[in-house]
Amino acid sequence: MSPETSTWTTKKGLAQMLKGGVIMDVVTPEHAKIAEDAGAVAVMALERVPADIRAAGGVARMSDPAMIVSIMDAVSIPVMAKARIGHFVEAQILEALGVDYIDESEVLTPADETNHIDKHAFKVPFVCGCRNLGEALRRISEGAAMIRTKGEAGTGNVVEAVRQLRSVLSEIRRLQGMRDDELFVAAKELQAPYELVKGVAEEGKLPVVNFVAGGISTPADAALVMQLGSEGVFVGSGIFKSEDPARMANAIVQATTHFEDPKILADVSKGLGSPMRGLALEQIPEAERLAVRGW
Amino acid sequence: MKIGVLALQGDFAEHARMLASIGVEPVEVRLPVDLDGISGLCLPGGESTTMRRLIDRWDLRQPLLDFAATGAPLFGTCAGMIVLSREITGGEDPILPLLDVTVQRNAFGRQLDSFEADLTVPVLGDQPMHAVFIRAPIIDRVGPGVDVLARLDDGRVVAVRERNVVATAFHPELAGEPRFHRLIATMAAEHDDPGEGAGRRPHPTRRAGLPR
Repeated sequence: MSPETSTWTTKKGLAQMLKGGVIMDVVTPEHAKIAEDAGAVAVMALERVPADIRAAGGVARMSDPAMIVSIMDAVSIPVMAKARIGHFVEAQILEALGVDYIDESEVLTPADETNHIDKHAFKVPFVCGCRNLGEALRRISEGAAMIRTKGEAGTGNVVEAVRQLRSVLSEIRRLQGMRDDELFVAAKELQAPYELVKGVAEEGKLPVVNFVAGGISTPADAALVMQLGSEGVFVGSGIFKSEDPARMANAIVQATTHFEDPKILADVSKGLGSPMRGLALEQIPEAERLAVRGW
Repeated sequence: MKIGVLALQGDFAEHARMLASIGVEPVEVRLPVDLDGISGLCLPGGESTTMRRLIDRWDLRQPLLDFAATGAPLFGTCAGMIVLSREITGGEDPILPLLDVTVQRNAFGRQLDSFEADLTVPVLGDQPMHAVFIRAPIIDRVGPGVDVLARLDDGRVVAVRERNVVATAFHPELAGEPRFHRLIATMAAEHDDPGEGAGRRPHPTRRAGLPR
């Protein structure tokens, strides 16, 4: 067999290599170096962290390609970048830059209110957000090679991340208890392809890696979602909006590995300075919630 | 028999599943104490920069070197191979300098250059081996004590063995390919009980008491 690139195995395989790790939002090459030195498994290159996107309002778009390239040049770990939901031309541009993963992200303003990107049409792999199992399976059927729960980005509040992760995992457990004939109805209810639903019921897990995003801001938050069953974490505003980003970044990396060891968690949580200032979900008007974007 | 999987970061669960599928009990290793009672160790794929931080932070380096010095087998895939190499192209400090090779990180380029191919690994039989390379490293230099186990068609080295240390640039654990893990299990069994090792058994036709 002659070498074959951009196969399904290599696409979802990169996400498998990121497991047990922390993917950090960075806005400059200097941030990217700090993240890499702290032990990040990958960085997400973007112009503003979600907390600032939220504060700025207006339309949030793909970042300046020059900025993304400067980050790709600065670090040796994988670099991800965000395209708007449904904006397949932004995705084409990111693929042309050679980024390692594209995040079709609700943190940016959606470009299409009905359709997501046909991710099978791309050589570069995609990660997509979800709030529940149906959404996750719809994204996978469109070609997503990695899934993350959305949480509520830019809030520093882990409550949505926990709710969504619990929802995905408990729906998987529910499928596992079903008879074959019941899975047809479950697929209809989940609005997801039957083959994927049946596969999840048999394996007891999604067919791709599943991380948590949106609201992780302390080592304890990271360990919480890991203990609940996440395979790794995205940290957006939580690092570079904290008092001492390098220390916070390293502490979250340590906590993601040693998530089941409370003594180590206590040790790495000491003296980190103040984490980012959080937002209660009730303070966010419905129209400004990011997690509801995507369908 | 128990074989450890370095579980700091990466696809350690895939290695553990592969070990379980060949009848070996996998043990996750995150701290020095976890090395007690295991007969071999797999170092998974992942990010070597992250593994370096986690090895340093919890003082795993010396215990891992001591473990290797007992002769127990170690098997690194991708990032695990980088962790085991004596030299890293570009001058990064080595992590566990156990293999006398120079390894180049991300040698094929970025994710878009990740690929699958079939290789021959003569020591593991005639069946071709399906290999998955993900942002993979390559071996630029091979020391005199190192056996080359596999090459790409263009001659570049992608699998090596030096005494008790085996490493591949690709991921047998992602391809449902158990032969490397079986090799490690065999080496671990021989290490546990040298009398069982084929090399140390008297030749079957040798008769006791014959004059030399």
